[in-house]
Amino acid sequence: MSTIEQSLSESPSAGEEATFVSSHRPLWQRLIRNPAAVFSIVALVVLVLGAFLAPVIAPGNPMRVSPAQRFTPPGLEHLFGTDNLGRDMFKMVLHGSRTSLLVGLVVTLVSMSVAIVLGVISGFYRKVDVVLMRFVDGMMAFPGIVLATAAAGIMGPSVTTVITSLSIVLIAPSLRIVRGQVLVVRELQMIEAARAVGVPTMRILSRYVLPAVSSPILVQTSFIFSAAVLGEAGLSFIGVGIGPKDLSWGNALTEARNYIGQAPWIVLFPGLALMLTILSLNLLGDALRDVLDPRLARRR
Amino acid sequence: MMSGASPVLEVLGLSKFFKAVKAVRNVSFSVARGKTFGIVGESGSGKSTTARLVLRLIEPTSGDISFRGRDLSAMRPEELRRERRHMQMIFQDPFGSLNGRMTVRETLTEPQMVHGIGTPASRVETASGLLAEVGLPTAALDRFPHEFSGGQRQRIAIARALATNPELIVADEPVSALDVSVQAQVLNLLRDLQERHGTTMLFISHDLRVVQFMCDEIAVMYLGEIVEQGPRERIYGAPAHPYTQALLASVPGRGSGKRTRLVGEIPSAHAAPSGCAFRTRCPQAHERCAVEAPVMRQLGDGQQAACHLLDKAVSA
Repeated sequence: MSTIEQSLSESPSAGEEATFVSSHRPLWQRLIRNPAAVFSIVALVVLVLGAFLAPVIAPGNPMRVSPAQRFTPPGLEHLFGTDNLGRDMFKMVLHGSRTSLLVGLVVTLVSMSVAIVLGVISGFYRKVDVVLMRFVDGMMAFPGIVLATAAAGIMGPSVTTVITSLSIVLIAPSLRIVRGQVLVVRELQMIEAARAVGVPTMRILSRYVLPAVSSPILVQTSFIFSAAVLGEAGLSFIGVGIGPKDLSWGNALTEARNYIGQAPWIVLFPGLALMLTILSLNLLGDALRDVLDPRLARRR
Repeated sequence: MMSGASPVLEVLGLSKFFKAVKAVRNVSFSVARGKTFGIVGESGSGKSTTARLVLRLIEPTSGDISFRGRDLSAMRPEELRRERRHMQMIFQDPFGSLNGRMTVRETLTEPQMVHGIGTPASRVETASGLLAEVGLPTAALDRFPHEFSGGQRQRIAIARALATNPELIVADEPVSALDVSVQAQVLNLLRDLQERHGTTMLFISHDLRVVQFMCDEIAVMYLGEIVEQGPRERIYGAPAHPYTQALLASVPGRGSGKRTRLVGEIPSAHAAPSGCAFRTRCPQAHERCAVEAPVMRQLGDGQQAACHLLDKAVSA
């Protein structure tokens, strides 16, 4: 054992890196170094501010028709032009964002919360898993559009109806993703190590499992948000959405489809708003994943 | 059997079957207070499973575990969790066993917190004390595991295992994932800390030299069973079982040429050989070995081995 005895006399850190690999910065500091994150945060802030300040920026009823001004191309008077009824598209996009973003936000919050709680439990407890996943299989097999149509038929077309049916439909795919990730994480050695330390199960779930699955959850959240916004537009399109009295990007697109050749700006601006929202959310999700998961982050 | 202090850990007839796979079969041993008990064997011999069974990280199929005089195998989950304060584990992989999203401060205060030891301030104090003990600067407190080298990470894992001042530490191949130069430092550190804290240790390794350096008492496992067990001097000086002899002959620079080195690989636990599990690779196997499983025979000085050849030796 001479080698071991020799090493004993050396300093304890000999042969090891004395300096640490990198330093740790707060989340926001690392986020602002990511151009995609900066772009998406700025875009989302603008969109959200626009939604909040719509009555201030563009006062008046966005649904008010003025047939004399129908099909006005974008210009100084009407930034985004007007539609077939002479309604100002800028006003419609701005006011429509309130419904679209609200539906997206509420649906995302509701479905992701349920999916995270049930997914973590399902992935971690084998016995619950067997029952719950058969139920989820059933939900996945049931067409969402039928559920939404039935809900609209029973509850009547409204924002609440859309939120309810979209939330239910979007739980299953997120739940499966969360559960799948938890199944991987639960086998990691750090979980066994935490059990060996004597960490209670609830704390293992919250401090070990949940953070480890946060990256896919974040990506999924952005995906669900866009799916919800798009879902609302789709449901409104086939007439089982929020109803014609309310205004959303989806509604605006629906009406615009008949005039796409004649006045493309009617489609363009609600579509761009929708795209910008979804693009920003996806970019932000990716950026957050890079920042939150040190092992996936690109080495700079 | 054990001289001196009362055993901290006593294992009796411990078995673990994963369906048809008999991973651990009828393992019994005891570890005296302040001593290090080594389990050595090839990959697939069941030594890591034994380590986990002892801590009930895996539920045994049968057998009794007595820890600090209490029956560990009968404890209910919450009772067992609280008992973990007194028994900690060091894992082979220092990358995998630490939570990459917790700072060293959180990693070292968590064991104290979940066992209700100290105040938030005193826990941090203990944490920096532990860092000093394992040879890391206090500045490491606010770092994340991925910022450290393998050896440094294993030091953190050791500090975590010491955080609740446990009576027993189970170390499962604690240096196998480390560079040879770092191995020696970590082993010395473990020995120093054990001496200072009077900790009892169950030490698992496939490396005979490491076991010889660390352990007072050694058990040799083959295919889920202990084939030989005894004080270090006996195991290394007068190995009785052909497997122990072959293992020792396989150590580079140690084999004298007189003993036969091991050939082939350990058989699958799915289809363990009949009779003596080692007979398929044993240079001295005879008919009886295929028919009858050998029982443990006491050889004196606390040494015992399970081999039919010893019948003649004992009776002669």
